[in-house]
Amino acid sequence: MDLNFITPGNSRLVTINITRDVTTGSDHERLLMAKNDFTKCTAWNVKPEGFCQGDICIPAGEAVTTDGRIDLAAFANLTGRPLITNFEEKAISLGESSSARSSELASLKAPDFSLPDLSGKMHSLSEHRGKKILLAAYASW
Amino acid sequence: MPGWQALYEELKDDGFMVITVALDKSPEEAKPWIDLANPQHPSLIDTTHLLADLYNMVNVPTILWIDEQGMIARPNDVAFGDNTWIEYTGLDAETHKTTLRTWVKTGEIAFDQNRARELQTLPSKARQEARAEFALAQWLWAQSRFDAANKHFVHAGELAPDDFTIRRGSMPMRDIDPMGEKFFEMRGEWDQAGHDYYLPLPDA
Repeated sequence: MDLNFITPGNSRLVTINITRDVTTGSDHERLLMAKNDFTKCTAWNVKPEGFCQGDICIPAGEAVTTDGRIDLAAFANLTGRPLITNFEEKAISLGESSSARSSELASLKAPDFSLPDLSGKMHSLSEHRGKKILLAAYASW
Repeated sequence: MPGWQALYEELKDDGFMVITVALDKSPEEAKPWIDLANPQHPSLIDTTHLLADLYNMVNVPTILWIDEQGMIARPNDVAFGDNTWIEYTGLDAETHKTTLRTWVKTGEIAFDQNRARELQTLPSKARQEARAEFALAQWLWAQSRFDAANKHFVHAGELAPDDFTIRRGSMPMRDIDPMGEKFFEMRGEWDQAGHDYYLPLPDA
């Protein structure tokens, strides 16, 4: 089935094709997808040594099937990332792991972001490197 | 908001920049606030709460200081641009502005990187799960699938009961007045359980 793939911040909103598979005696429902879809939505590559991003590779174990598909549920479990599904609404959301977010914050490097202003023009934090910045989040609520 | 613009105007020649970000459901919600301040600094809209996920923000206002090298100099803190809500919050905007002026003009800061790390709150597994739920809910809401969105908003709030960017921030997307009875009910329960609604950093 085709699902809308969502992440917090929705920087990678894409449609992916998933096959739900519960017939193999696995301890969870497998969510099988093609390698190129997987790379498109997660920015992780699939190589002989496992899942790779930059210099980092992690063993894929059973998250890659014998016929070369990816089990997104097993990948989420392997990387400690929350995966929320609503098949009725054809939507799937993959969050970031607490350990990845924690080590990033603990490095004290301010995560970069791009967001629009009222006119739709995008602004990045990194455009202002070299200045002292007050970043202030607020809301009308 | 006008308070941040005034501070930007005051300190911009000292190499200072302000970036404000509205965690609102749509640009239209934030527009009156932005128009009122007429900001000359970037004033951004974050409908999907990207910033909350990246910086582990759980309420507004949340402020951070970021230095010339892109390092977090002061982690998540609570500070207002002016004293409009001081009777309600008990937080004097001037206290933060005084330390901020000192940092901008002299580089002096009350704590080193180790202390900054001690003062950080890092996200738990449940909190990140709540954010994935919120992302799904917000997307469903944007597709006008309001009933389905509501279920995920509620579940996200249950996973992270102290995350008011979710519990209060989703109210306008659930037809609930975020300044109304439901909010005060939630706030009352939170206070009665002995929790603080605003968590400013201790004086360093």
